[in-house]
Amino acid sequence: MSANFIALAYLVAAVFFILALKGLSSPLYARRGNFFGMVGMAIAVVTTLTITANWMLIVGCIAIGGLIGSVVAKRVQMTAMPELVAFMHSLVGLAAVFIAIAAVNNPVSLGLPEVLPTGSKLELFLGTFIGAMTWSGSVIAFLKLSGRMSGAPIVFSGQHMVNLLLAVVMVGFGLWFFFSEATNWTAFAAMTAIAFLLGFLIIVPIGGADMPVVISMLNSYSGWAAAGIGFSLGNPMLIIAGSLVGSSGAILSYIMCKAMNRPFLSVILGGFGGETADQSAAAGVQKTYRSGSADDAAFLLGNADSVIIVPGYGLAVARAQHSVKELAEALHKKGVNVRFAIHPVAGRMPGHMNVLLAEAEIPYEQVLEMDEINSDFSTTDVVLVLGANDVVNPAANVPGSPIYGMPILEAHKARTVMVVKRSMAAGYAGLDNDLFYMDKTMMVFGDAKKVVEGMVKAL
Amino acid sequence: MIGEIDPTIIHLTVFVLAVFVGYHVVWNVTPALHTPLMSVTNAISSIILVGAMLAAGSAESDWGVWLGAAAVVLASVNVFGGFLVTQRMLEMFKKKDKKGNA
Repeated sequence: MSANFIALAYLVAAVFFILALKGLSSPLYARRGNFFGMVGMAIAVVTTLTITANWMLIVGCIAIGGLIGSVVAKRVQMTAMPELVAFMHSLVGLAAVFIAIAAVNNPVSLGLPEVLPTGSKLELFLGTFIGAMTWSGSVIAFLKLSGRMSGAPIVFSGQHMVNLLLAVVMVGFGLWFFFSEATNWTAFAAMTAIAFLLGFLIIVPIGGADMPVVISMLNSYSGWAAAGIGFSLGNPMLIIAGSLVGSSGAILSYIMCKAMNRPFLSVILGGFGGETADQSAAAGVQKTYRSGSADDAAFLLGNADSVIIVPGYGLAVARAQHSVKELAEALHKKGVNVRFAIHPVAGRMPGHMNVLLAEAEIPYEQVLEMDEINSDFSTTDVVLVLGANDVVNPAANVPGSPIYGMPILEAHKARTVMVVKRSMAAGYAGLDNDLFYMDKTMMVFGDAKKVVEGMVKAL
Repeated sequence: MIGEIDPTIIHLTVFVLAVFVGYHVVWNVTPALHTPLMSVTNAISSIILVGAMLAAGSAESDWGVWLGAAAVVLASVNVFGGFLVTQRMLEMFKKKDKKGNA
């Protein structure tokens, strides 16, 4: 096949990738979008097959990988999506490193000049180090998210200096690699090893609460890694696809940071979350709260005209999504207007809570984003907070509070608030929540699933 | 023209424009679908598979071919896993739609 034809086929594939993302603007077109993505990938793969040798090897490898991927995609629990995504980022990173090494080893096989020009070396350097950092960073994120490693930040003194020093040394080896006449394996290997180490060191100090940002950031990295390889191989399709993914991840990181009111830099520098300092205990003030049973809560819910449910990650941990759906249906039958309010960081990754509610077959028309629903809280009879804490903490409106300025769901404006929680313990931010001590608030203690089931029964 | 344009400059042009396209397309994605967005972008970033295939499909067989083959396996896990898990999630959003209309 002619080079021009191949380039055109790649262009078509790139357009399909853009359409895939465009489809996600509405749940109505999203599935078609995903299908476009598959078509784009199929075009890219088939076109590439026409110009490669070793067909059997390639097709065999795709079959093996495809089988593993299909099984994983079929079996994964929706609550485990963050781990899966982190795991998949790591694969992209590692694949990028492998390709870069293969290109340094044999440039001609990848369509590069026999002796690599400095420009190509720079591009290979970028692809390798972003790929390596994506791999090790994602592995740590995967271990933290899946609970195989503590979510608490790992910090040591001089951490940032060490990272900076390593980065400088890595660039030094990179320069040595650029300016060596022949292929300088020593410099290349040292650079790659440091990049792996850096990816690891950059993620370990970041606490569990900031994982939504980390996972979006790694999403971005994996895209830039693909774009970097695209530069190295002079392939515009890889550059386009990689840039789409890179900017997507960057935007998601930005949205997550804004939702937590945390500057991106401070998330990256880490050390936040995981502390369990109870400020009210430190102050020595014993505040009073009202608690009630699931029956009391069901009575209030049944008599309300409008109810907003605020789900948090605690809900998913308790696997209470399906019980919540039954509750919403029971209330609907009584003529109660039930809606769900989702904070952008309600789950452990962007949009996670929406997927969990969708899995429980809660109609997405009832599920509203923070901006859509915040003005309705003041005219709502009952707000039911399920396993959420910081995202409804009115302290965000108090200057001087550690979370001051964070956008919250204005649950405190409703006529009655009910909070289902295991105990009075603080949330990720380690802050006490004044919402729990308001006169109109009733605490219902217990496992979210059991409490909600109790409510359904009482209705 | 004063001389031939370095291909890297052309690639840079493509890159900058693609970032702009990505920026605008992604801001239009509804927040409810941010998780499927991540999984589908994950699948798309495995377009790196093309590079892996070229390395694995090199006519001169040396250890680079095997490295490429390993990369093909890794990227394929992502291609299939990413698109299929996205589809699975989007099916859930669809079911609700039917019910909502009924």
